[in-house]
Amino acid sequence: MSPENRNYMPESDVVGLNLKETELTLGMPGETRVTTDTGVKLGTKRGFSETIDLNLGRSNVKCHDKVCDDELENDVLGGATKSLTEKAQLVGWPPVRASRKNVMKSCKFIKVAVDGAPYLRKVDLEMYNSYQQLLSALEDMFSCLTIRNYLNEKKLMDPANGVEYVATYEDRDGDWMLVGDVPWKMFVESCKRVRLMKSSEAIGLAPRTPQKCSSTA
Amino acid sequence: MKMMMGSSFPEEVLEHVFSFIERDKDRNAISTVCQSWYEIERWSRRRVFVGNCYAVSPAILIKRFPDVRCLELKGKPHFADFNLVPEGWGAYVAPWIAAASSAYPWLEEIRLKRMVIPDDSLELISKSFKNFKVLVLSSCEGFSTEGLAAIAANCRNLRELDLRESEVEDLNQSSGHWLSHFPDNYTSLVSLNIACLNSDVSFTALERLVGRCPNLRTLRLNRAVPLDRLAILLRRAPQLVELGTGEASDLRPDVLSNLSGAFSRCKELKNLSGFWDVAPGYLTGVYPICPRLTSLNLSYAATIQSSDLIKLVSQCQNLQKLWVLDYIEDLGLEALAASCKDLRELRVFPSEPFGVEPNVLLTEQGLVSVSEGCPKLHSVLYFCRQMSNDALRTIARNRPNMTRFRLCIIEPRTPDYLTLESLDMGFGAIVEHCKDLRRLSLSGLLTDRVFEYIGTYGKKLEMLSVAFAGDSDLGLHHILSGCENLRKLEIRDCPFGDKALLANAAKLETMRSLWMSSCSVSFGACKLLGQKMPMLNVEVIDERGPPDSRPESCPVEKLYIYRTVSGPRLDMPGFVWTKDEDSALGLS
Repeated sequence: MSPENRNYMPESDVVGLNLKETELTLGMPGETRVTTDTGVKLGTKRGFSETIDLNLGRSNVKCHDKVCDDELENDVLGGATKSLTEKAQLVGWPPVRASRKNVMKSCKFIKVAVDGAPYLRKVDLEMYNSYQQLLSALEDMFSCLTIRNYLNEKKLMDPANGVEYVATYEDRDGDWMLVGDVPWKMFVESCKRVRLMKSSEAIGLAPRTPQKCSSTA
Repeated sequence: MKMMMGSSFPEEVLEHVFSFIERDKDRNAISTVCQSWYEIERWSRRRVFVGNCYAVSPAILIKRFPDVRCLELKGKPHFADFNLVPEGWGAYVAPWIAAASSAYPWLEEIRLKRMVIPDDSLELISKSFKNFKVLVLSSCEGFSTEGLAAIAANCRNLRELDLRESEVEDLNQSSGHWLSHFPDNYTSLVSLNIACLNSDVSFTALERLVGRCPNLRTLRLNRAVPLDRLAILLRRAPQLVELGTGEASDLRPDVLSNLSGAFSRCKELKNLSGFWDVAPGYLTGVYPICPRLTSLNLSYAATIQSSDLIKLVSQCQNLQKLWVLDYIEDLGLEALAASCKDLRELRVFPSEPFGVEPNVLLTEQGLVSVSEGCPKLHSVLYFCRQMSNDALRTIARNRPNMTRFRLCIIEPRTPDYLTLESLDMGFGAIVEHCKDLRRLSLSGLLTDRVFEYIGTYGKKLEMLSVAFAGDSDLGLHHILSGCENLRKLEIRDCPFGDKALLANAAKLETMRSLWMSSCSVSFGACKLLGQKMPMLNVEVIDERGPPDSRPESCPVEKLYIYRTVSGPRLDMPGFVWTKDEDSALGLS
């Protein structure tokens, strides 16, 4: 079908379900056609960024402040942990069910919350080999924090206001423990979620060595 | 004997004859012969399939078919699997269960797909149907292990509990041991599929359950059951026909030999799945049963690479169905083609769907090999990163018996890598040669041309999936006007707009449903369609707020159109608009 003159077609014409009209000129109102050498028509295709924008409820732009969901995980974590060769992803493409997405490696995604921060992040514990690596990554992610190694305890601090955070995690039995107490592999196995708790609130979590006494609330 | 007017057979005889007729299509045909046949048929219909839960209401169903024993319902559209349908859209099964609980006390089987089922409904099922036997929840959600505990506790005659790929919330604090709710004298389990459960299950309860159910033939475990425990279960159930393993990342020789022994005692085992995080060394334990296997699902076996896969499939001469990751590579598919001459279905899933560079040596060649070597191959799902028209033509000529062909070239709009042309001709060859093709998914660079081919040749096509393809409404028009047997059409990110849709409005009543997202259909056209076609529900799904706050020519985000005899649904969330939503939006 060779391109003809494109005529604007007011909607009222279509109500009559006139097939002849649809046969010849089916351009969108007001749109022009450009053809490449291979006969492929341009002008109606949208680039990836446009298609992403159409899904406004789920666009990349919004997700930084929200709990990330499956197919945006890679994108959000892209800055912090993965290489920049992974480009922005379209929602639902490629068409792979959620249960299949994390099959490539045994992924251990857990949520990380920081007391006082409005949003959660997800990290894949399988990406790290040690507590130091994990804490560095958290430092990157929650950029207001720096690691302080104080008396061999894994602590993070917000230099802006001097508030100290202690990394804690919930294990499989539902107990809250201090991060760093068990061997790394065991931690990865049993950790369900991580919370960076204000030091002042981290009471009742038995430290390894007896030090400053935990004040009761 | 009661004689019906105008009929030469008494009612009982007709009923007996009808009892041999099982297919829905045939029963529907019978019911149109005359009034008396309609009546006899509807009283004797035991099995009902509702392809779209919003196409009909529970009340209408019960009124027509008063004594149903097996009910199957489907809810959300297929693209919900890929997160394209927002949370809260619908597909609630509760009203159906509530209605069935009083109308069908003898209900035996419920099968649901993509529906939302709360624990309350599970409990209601467990208490309302004394002879309840089969519960299959496929890609469902909304329930927890609490609901499962109710089923276990109360369904004395349960045969089948299959949670395939559902999302189950685990309230492990209170009912992590839902399996222990099966009473000690419960022995009728035939099929149990809990592969999708993320939580632990009580192994003791599982072992005891397996041990006391002599008719158990299908057991699909979840990740949490380690391989060393598996051997114990297999010894209790050597009669198993279908098995899904759990995981085992550490290779231990004693576990392996135990497992080998247990496997070789399972003389009926034909179907294997699972294999999460399995150390490749464990595969040798499976070798003895390979020749008996007809179905193998390794699509979650991310730790098993090409060479081990080749060794495995080369021993499965009777394999009919293989689901595998692209780790199998072209070489592995060549081996498959050489060894598995009875192969009917192949699915190759991407190990790294979001990677930009290929991570495996899997190309179009693998699929070509299998199409050449496996004469019975008729169902294909294939993810890859390059394709050519040549390859598609070859596949089409090799396999004119193809009935389901789903190709996903991972990068949208990828051209033929040899010629840089569109893949129109290749897919054209598929529809032309494969005259029995019922399901087709397209990908790659495609123009309106491909739809012309599909409309011309795809006469048996029932389901078509289209993404990032086409140039204009002509494409959509070809599909809607050409594909006579089309039931389901799902489209995303294509430049299809109002014209073809409105010109083929009548066609939509002959189909189950049409999904269009990120296309160019205007809100005005949706309103028009809704007004003109009372037998359709035209749902505009738009999370940007009320469509009338934008110009009418503005394209909608998502559109879901389906035929229905029960009018607009009453459970729409805030982001779904139809013609009756608001008097300002409706007929003026």
